[in-house]
Amino acid sequence: MEWEVIFKWLPKFFQGAVLTLELVGIAVVLGLILAVPLGIARASKLWYVRSLPYAYIFFFRGTPLLVQLFLVYYGLAQFDAIRESFMWPYLRNPFWCATATMTLHTTAYIAEILRGAIQAIPPGEIEAARALGMSRAKAMVYIILPRAARIGLPAYSNEVILMLKASSLASTVTLLELTGMTRTIIARNYLTVDMFFTAGVFYLVISFLLVQAFKQVERWMRVDACQGR
Amino acid sequence: MNIDLYGFGPALAAGALMTVKLALCALCLGLVLGLLGALAKTSPYKPLQWLGGAYSTLVRGIPELLWVLLMYYGTVTLMSALGEAFGNPELALNPFAAGVIALGLCFGAYATEVFRGAILAIPKGHREAGVALGMSKVRIFTRLIMPQMWRIALPGLGNLFMILMKDTALVSVISLEEIMRQAQNAVLFSKLPFTFYLVAAFMYLGLTVLAMTGMHFLEKRAARGFVRTT
Repeated sequence: MEWEVIFKWLPKFFQGAVLTLELVGIAVVLGLILAVPLGIARASKLWYVRSLPYAYIFFFRGTPLLVQLFLVYYGLAQFDAIRESFMWPYLRNPFWCATATMTLHTTAYIAEILRGAIQAIPPGEIEAARALGMSRAKAMVYIILPRAARIGLPAYSNEVILMLKASSLASTVTLLELTGMTRTIIARNYLTVDMFFTAGVFYLVISFLLVQAFKQVERWMRVDACQGR
Repeated sequence: MNIDLYGFGPALAAGALMTVKLALCALCLGLVLGLLGALAKTSPYKPLQWLGGAYSTLVRGIPELLWVLLMYYGTVTLMSALGEAFGNPELALNPFAAGVIALGLCFGAYATEVFRGAILAIPKGHREAGVALGMSKVRIFTRLIMPQMWRIALPGLGNLFMILMKDTALVSVISLEEIMRQAQNAVLFSKLPFTFYLVAAFMYLGLTVLAMTGMHFLEKRAARGFVRTT
């Protein structure tokens, strides 16, 4: 191991790690917001409400993120209408393409997690809420969603870690996040193994910190208190 | 509706075949690694437990793309040193081997956890019964634990295989001619990125559906002793 060289390039690695965190942060937060209505619709008993989210989730979970990324970044340029629209300055930018694709991708997964969580709520609790005279909307906001949030949180933390790893794909659309930065550095100093090793340590540390953070959130939301009843 | 593939249909089909080959080879390697990892993690020996834990934590914490790149670009010096020793200095991992090893490694790390859960789910009494009958440790594993383990591990493994199938797209980065790479080639020629990447996406969807149906039959077969008669 060439520790001195690794040390020399450390600031660049940090720069890459910050971009990685930005990508993941935007994707998982926006994804969560978008996934709430999608997940609720997916858990609906009516087939015409359920079918559209189902198709969306099926497409985004059934195809590789790399294909989706290329579809958005390279594919959209095929249409003149998009190239002339006001969106083009954003869709030309690899950062916005990557965040948009990752958001759409993770939305599908989070919506599916949410559906599982909603369906895992004991029916008696929802019936109790309705029996107390709560409207459907009120039961959703005060009973179902808070309960689903606690059931789905461990799966959501898994999804965030998976997105952290998936963000490495952004390097294929010329973004210099952690993996992209590492490949650039390797092109400069040819220390392939050492540099990939450093990047790996960065990913491990970030995922370790995320896991710890989610443990704190689980404690704060008292997830264990609602389990097993 | 008829999609014009500009004569790239056969190339894409060959790419699909390569994707399937890659996924199946990685699956085989991953299943072996996963079994070994789970055995190590559930063994009574501390060093083995530690080794299994380190494997699953390390590999799961690092992106698949990084493993693919590391296996391809990172093993050049190692392989040429090995080749030197055996009198073949041009020895190097080809993209297919590098892809299989990288994806198998990642699959194995996740499969370790699935298998471990399955091993732990088998009642202790079964093992004790084996011991009481005087069966050797290996025999208990192959005759009692393994056959029951599959049924429990199958849904988890099915999910992992679906993920593996999609991760094969990453190997296009090291220029293996699978679906994604063939689509890229077609785009270079036809300048129709959306069309060809969409075709690629639907090919992956088709493969996923195929794998899902296969899993359904396997699960049904594995659970045939457990079907509730009502």
